[in-house]
Amino acid sequence: MNYEQLITELALADERYVIMTAENRALVRNIPNNPLLTNRFIDTGITEQTMIGMAAGLALRGRVPIVHALAAFLTMRAFEFIRTDVGIANLPVKLTGFIPGFLSDGNGPTHQAIEDISIVRGIPGMHVFAPADEEDMLVMLPEIWHSKAPSYTRANLIKPLYPHDKNFTIGKSEVVAEGATVTFLTYGMLFNQVFEARQLLEHQGLSIGLVNMRCLKPVDEDVILKVARESELIVIVEDHFKTGGLYSIVAEVLLNNQQTANVQSLSLNESWFKPGRLADVLSNEGFSPEKIAVQTMNMLETRQHVNTLTTSTH
Amino acid sequence: MTNNELNELALKVRENIVRLSTDGGCFTGASLSCADLFVFLYSKFLNISQENLEDPNRDYLFLSKGHDVPALYGLFAEIGFIEKSRLDNHLNTNDSIYWHPNTSIPGVEFHSGSLGHLPSVAMGVALDCKWKNQTNKVVVVTGDGELNEGSVWEAALVAAAHKLDNLIWIVDRNYFQANMATEELIPLNSIKEKFEAFGWNAIDVDGHDFEKLEDTFSTLPLGNKKPTIVVAHTVRGKGLPSIERRADRWFCNFTREEVNALLEELHENKMADLNSETLVVR
Repeated sequence: MNYEQLITELALADERYVIMTAENRALVRNIPNNPLLTNRFIDTGITEQTMIGMAAGLALRGRVPIVHALAAFLTMRAFEFIRTDVGIANLPVKLTGFIPGFLSDGNGPTHQAIEDISIVRGIPGMHVFAPADEEDMLVMLPEIWHSKAPSYTRANLIKPLYPHDKNFTIGKSEVVAEGATVTFLTYGMLFNQVFEARQLLEHQGLSIGLVNMRCLKPVDEDVILKVARESELIVIVEDHFKTGGLYSIVAEVLLNNQQTANVQSLSLNESWFKPGRLADVLSNEGFSPEKIAVQTMNMLETRQHVNTLTTSTH
Repeated sequence: MTNNELNELALKVRENIVRLSTDGGCFTGASLSCADLFVFLYSKFLNISQENLEDPNRDYLFLSKGHDVPALYGLFAEIGFIEKSRLDNHLNTNDSIYWHPNTSIPGVEFHSGSLGHLPSVAMGVALDCKWKNQTNKVVVVTGDGELNEGSVWEAALVAAAHKLDNLIWIVDRNYFQANMATEELIPLNSIKEKFEAFGWNAIDVDGHDFEKLEDTFSTLPLGNKKPTIVVAHTVRGKGLPSIERRADRWFCNFTREEVNALLEELHENKMADLNSETLVVR
């Protein structure tokens, strides 16, 4: 099963579903050739705004449009249409953003959707999802598409390293491992990198937790509060600007609950990333498993050093 | 309805517009330009009534130039979509009668206010009607200044490409945008030729002449594989010579005395003496 097969199966079973694209056919390449879906597919051309406006119109008629475009142009070129036509009316329009975050690899900053989560989650009622890999995405999508809420999903075709929990509930994260020393909170394509970084650190004898924050809004507050209580250090790893992404979400949850925690961020801070082949991008920006592990060790050492200083001055 | 009856209804709508132009004010000039259009469309052209507002086979009208609420609600109050007394709740937070449309008002198909949105929303509805082999009409009304927005040209391309021949786009061509004449800022002439070049049926009409509106709308080339645009040539402030064709009488917030004088002007063509601040830019 892949994305296209899933969407075909769903659309054939329920005529409310219509499939739209702003000439981004990567995920829906064969749909236009399916005679059973002739009156359920439209390619509006390179027109993200018009596609979203039309999606709102189709939703007014009882349809559930699943729309496709590159994540950067979908969430930013068409943002006001999403906010005004989909958001204000709270229509069940399902946005799928292609090549979000580091997945835009060699395209350059024009195509880097690394503020998408920040801006889309600001729309009242809008759900935001970032599956860890293709399998995770296919587990999540039926639930996302059946929901009445408008939503944005970061598409992710990365092959899985980890067999995900097949039970997905909106608002819940996936706890992969619990850890007393460090817990990683991550989402999307960086999950695999963090999964391997965790293994490296465990080999050093450290107790390392890992949570797949596949659902960013509504966010799993219980898990955030639990790891804040039980882990010495939380490390948030995201291919997103530090502002407005998971780091901000965690800060909001802790503040709302009058709780404190030691939180560090591995993210993009006030700069776009250097484009290139995906593996090189990850290494260059410090997001390969080795570099995540080393940076985490450094955070722990700094903490230990600070703790020692604090103890010795008392 | 006879033309006399249409004129009588249009006069009542204009009275409502004038009455809303105080105590906070409203977009008077722009509303007066499309009052006749709404009267014609709802009386003679559209299959929209209180009884069929939920029927998927009804016609649809989307008001994209949302600031014309006084004309739309002014008409809705006369044809029974809303209680006339609700117009007294203008800008009262206990009701939902404010400067731009919202769907809690019966007859409003979609909210607007941000320009350049409803052509594409209407296109989504038109597409679904075609997919379901329905024969109803989908109308969207924009301003002319609204055509500055890039999204309307995107929509114009897409509607033609997908042959939405159940879609009728009406431009309230009053030759003004917010604070100045359209041709002084971003010249638009000829809208008809622009849309023809985009693959549309395009028709010019006098937007205040009920007979010509009847001729035009009874012979629209619907179903010919092209969407249709009607450029309705209108006058901003139509009906009130004291504010007609004035760039500075778009948004108006008159005193009660001025409203009374304007109501007289509507009926007796006696120019009102207006001292209220002009050029209230929104």
